[in-house]
Amino acid sequence: MPSLKDLKNRIGSVKNTRKITKAMQMVAAAKLRRAQEAAEAARPFAERMTAVMSALASGVGTGEGAPKLLAGNGKDQVHLLVVMTSERGLCGGFNSSIVKLARLRANELAAAGKTVKILTVGKKGREQLKRDWASAFVGHVDLSEVKRVGYANAQGIAREVMAAFDAGDADVVTIFYNRFQSVISQIPTEQQVIPAKFEATGATALYDYEPSEEAILADLLPRGVATQIFTALLENGASEQGARMSAMDNATRNAGDMINKLTIQYNRSRQAAITKELIEIISGAEAL
Amino acid sequence: MASTVQFDLVSPERRLASYPATEVQIPGAMGDLTAMEGHAATITSLRPGLLKVVGVEGVKSYVVTGGFAEISATGVSVLAEQAVPLDEMTPAQLDALVADASQAAALNADKDAADKAVSDLQAMRAQAGL
Repeated sequence: MPSLKDLKNRIGSVKNTRKITKAMQMVAAAKLRRAQEAAEAARPFAERMTAVMSALASGVGTGEGAPKLLAGNGKDQVHLLVVMTSERGLCGGFNSSIVKLARLRANELAAAGKTVKILTVGKKGREQLKRDWASAFVGHVDLSEVKRVGYANAQGIAREVMAAFDAGDADVVTIFYNRFQSVISQIPTEQQVIPAKFEATGATALYDYEPSEEAILADLLPRGVATQIFTALLENGASEQGARMSAMDNATRNAGDMINKLTIQYNRSRQAAITKELIEIISGAEAL
Repeated sequence: MASTVQFDLVSPERRLASYPATEVQIPGAMGDLTAMEGHAATITSLRPGLLKVVGVEGVKSYVVTGGFAEISATGVSVLAEQAVPLDEMTPAQLDALVADASQAAALNADKDAADKAVSDLQAMRAQAGL
């Protein structure tokens, strides 16, 4: 049985924890709004980019002479997995769910005799993957110093990925991230970026192309990779804040429950102590 | 009132502008072109340069560094990799862009293209008078 003093201390410390989680929740909520706005603002560009590229891609086709980023280099031996996670923890199952998906895919590929390489973005995922897949690590992108993810960050990652592809160090590149659906639901997603995959669009408007279709496509494909990565980073950012917000909300609520329980326990013990003292006084008086 | 086209300027990070314009002067990869209402549907890639929009409320210029433009009879959408309104552009920013481009030129295997980007930027600077 803990003493009254212990209980009081305990209640105090849980109260402090609650204050912290509450503050984190509110910070996450504010950041989530910003992240959502950023994701929203980036959408028109990505949508049009994809629309134009898929129109071009269906025009050019994947036959002879098609750009490598679209048609691939004819092999699928080496798979590069770009695993995007957060730089900070305390965000519920956010990182674990991405890592779980990435690990599943990596195991499948390895079982099929493919070579797996992993590029990690964000240190939390790297820590989790280190145990099984440390030998597959080919690089790490540190975004911990970045306050606000910009297109330049995505371009940096895209450049690294495309350099690997050009050098033949990777045949297929897939990115892993959490797609933001709502504050309580983020969907781990994998998306193949090289060779580029487009949903076939039906009838497309007829355009004049300047310079040629092929030249524009060749110019756009690297940008398309960067745009896809940028979108993924933004989605991931919003998901992270959403996950953190709901995790901290739960933590705050748990702390509240715990405080209630401890307070009841504290009051009971106090009551018991008082009763005990009274009994002692009364029985003392009766003995006289 | 002159007939207008719907002008949209989007960068990867946000939509920068969206309003009706009477004409849009685009720095195309193969040369400048002006889009007005009824222009044939065209997709062109951009070179670094000045994008000039003649709107109802006067002329606005933007510095763009590349991307592409989608022109249809009723609208012009410019998807720029980087775009900054000219009046917000400072010489220092332009310097940084030129430095970036030169750095890329030093690394890039496709030397001609990268060098062209640098010279395009410098031409634009002269044109903008910065």
